[in-house]
Amino acid sequence: MALDREDVKNIAQLARLELSDEDIGQYQTDLSNILELVEQMNAVNTDDVQPMAHPTDAVQRLRSDVVTETNQREKYMSNAPAQENGLFLVPKVID
Amino acid sequence: MSDLNKLTIAGARDALRKGEVTAVELTSACLTAIEGADALGAFVHKTPDVANDMAVAADARIKSGDAPAMCGIPLGIKDLFCTKGVASQAGSRILEGFKPQYESTVTSNLFGSGAVMLGKLNMDEFAMGSSNETSCYGNAINPWRRDGSDADLTPGGSSGGSASAVAADLCLAATGTDTGGSIRQPAAFTGIVGIKPTYGRVSRWGVVAFASSLDQAGPMTKTVRDSAIMLSAMSGHDAKDSTSADLAVPDFEAMLTGDIRGKKIGIPKEYRMDGTPAEIEKLWAAGADMLRDAGAEIVDISLPHTKYALPAYYVIAPAEASSNLARYDGVRYGHRATLDAGEGIDDMYEKSRAEGFGHEVQRRVMIGTYVLSAGFYDAYYNRARKVRTLIKKDFEDVFATGVDAILTPATPSAAFGIGEMTDADPIQMYLNDVFTVTVNLAGLPGVSVPAGLDAQGLPLGLQLIGKPWEEGELLNIAHTLETATGFVSKPAKWW
Repeated sequence: MALDREDVKNIAQLARLELSDEDIGQYQTDLSNILELVEQMNAVNTDDVQPMAHPTDAVQRLRSDVVTETNQREKYMSNAPAQENGLFLVPKVID
Repeated sequence: MSDLNKLTIAGARDALRKGEVTAVELTSACLTAIEGADALGAFVHKTPDVANDMAVAADARIKSGDAPAMCGIPLGIKDLFCTKGVASQAGSRILEGFKPQYESTVTSNLFGSGAVMLGKLNMDEFAMGSSNETSCYGNAINPWRRDGSDADLTPGGSSGGSASAVAADLCLAATGTDTGGSIRQPAAFTGIVGIKPTYGRVSRWGVVAFASSLDQAGPMTKTVRDSAIMLSAMSGHDAKDSTSADLAVPDFEAMLTGDIRGKKIGIPKEYRMDGTPAEIEKLWAAGADMLRDAGAEIVDISLPHTKYALPAYYVIAPAEASSNLARYDGVRYGHRATLDAGEGIDDMYEKSRAEGFGHEVQRRVMIGTYVLSAGFYDAYYNRARKVRTLIKKDFEDVFATGVDAILTPATPSAAFGIGEMTDADPIQMYLNDVFTVTVNLAGLPGVSVPAGLDAQGLPLGLQLIGKPWEEGELLNIAHTLETATGFVSKPAKWW
């Protein structure tokens, strides 16, 4: 399926990616070509085929509902780009 | 002993145990080789101090008589693995400066058995690529060159730094990861051995996620024996990865008997593709003859859905990637864009991700977003998952007829030049994985073995695909093939 500029803008918005005008044109071509490759699979009859989620047939494993981690807040915040008083800083969200 | 960096794991292990060499000497030889090899762009974070400390500890352990096989073996670690306190960027600008506070299970297993970390290795950004050219660090270069040419070639990807480092003897072995061929294709391009284990054999915990239902880590080594030794050390059940298999890990090395009499090897007709060079066809036929001479039975087989593997892969892998990479939001770690006055949190997400992700990653995140979006989910994502079921069934049907392993080419060409494919449309690059993606979709083990040189003097590999959890048998067949080909060529040093 060939995508138009608006399609690419919508996808980028869903993916939270800022694109320049120039990028939009390039991605329009690239993504359309990739979808053309992908659509070759439309030739396969998939009636009554179960979609596969995982290569192994394993069932979801459960663990006991007990605390296994200790509080390591400082460690985990050491990679944060902006923080204050043990909290992540982000631009104002609510006016 | 001289040229210690050129040793295999097995050779170094035996020398260490006999006291002929120390881990400190081995490590020092590798560090010297690394210092002289910046032109290869293989190591992107060097950790000589960590390496020396680990080597001293390994020597003490060997002296005390407690020396597992990997004890004292200097390794390179792909940048995709989280290593505690050591930069782990997945080849991406978005993780610039990121230092994990924990150790991945694979590196933890390796270091726990005494292996030494020399540093982190170059790779395509988030393991998305087949030439190592999408890396934020710049290119990794293949130590091999065409006869009479000084043009730089790619080592393949995404584990390009790993392949380059092992082929150039900068380390004894390296870790790699493989989502669609990222261990096997670079191994083939550089004349080394690489195995992608059965999905679930090796823990994914602490490995930066690309496509979680396809990703597996594995060893990249100079010989099949080394892959067997290192795979045993990397594997094992891990409660922290819910898809990790609760199975005992065999001693894979002990299974390398060289006896493959009576084994049935399948040759899939669908892997004869238009445009495959005659040299590769010839090598493939020669490989089959060698296995027959070793006592195996060669049978023609059919895997009818093969040609739909790449299309299905380019739905499933980007879909999973778009979800996995949603975590890079500029809040908790990684790159955050500088904002102008009045810009809000959505601007922060959009700018940080646009600045942090390269074009190939952005392409795949957008494809993934699209195929998962309302209205397109059934037509793309669900259909791809059904095709995946059929691809897996193709293999199951073949194995049900008594086939023990499948022999195919590893790649559709030898290593290509830097820039040769990046100028083309992305699909040309994707075609590199045409022989390898089926294995990830079906969750099977696959190994690439160097089998010869092409007319220009570049290595070519053959791939063997095995039954689930039968890595031991697969490696034994690979070992037999390796012995029969007698491949011992090394790149002439130019760097």
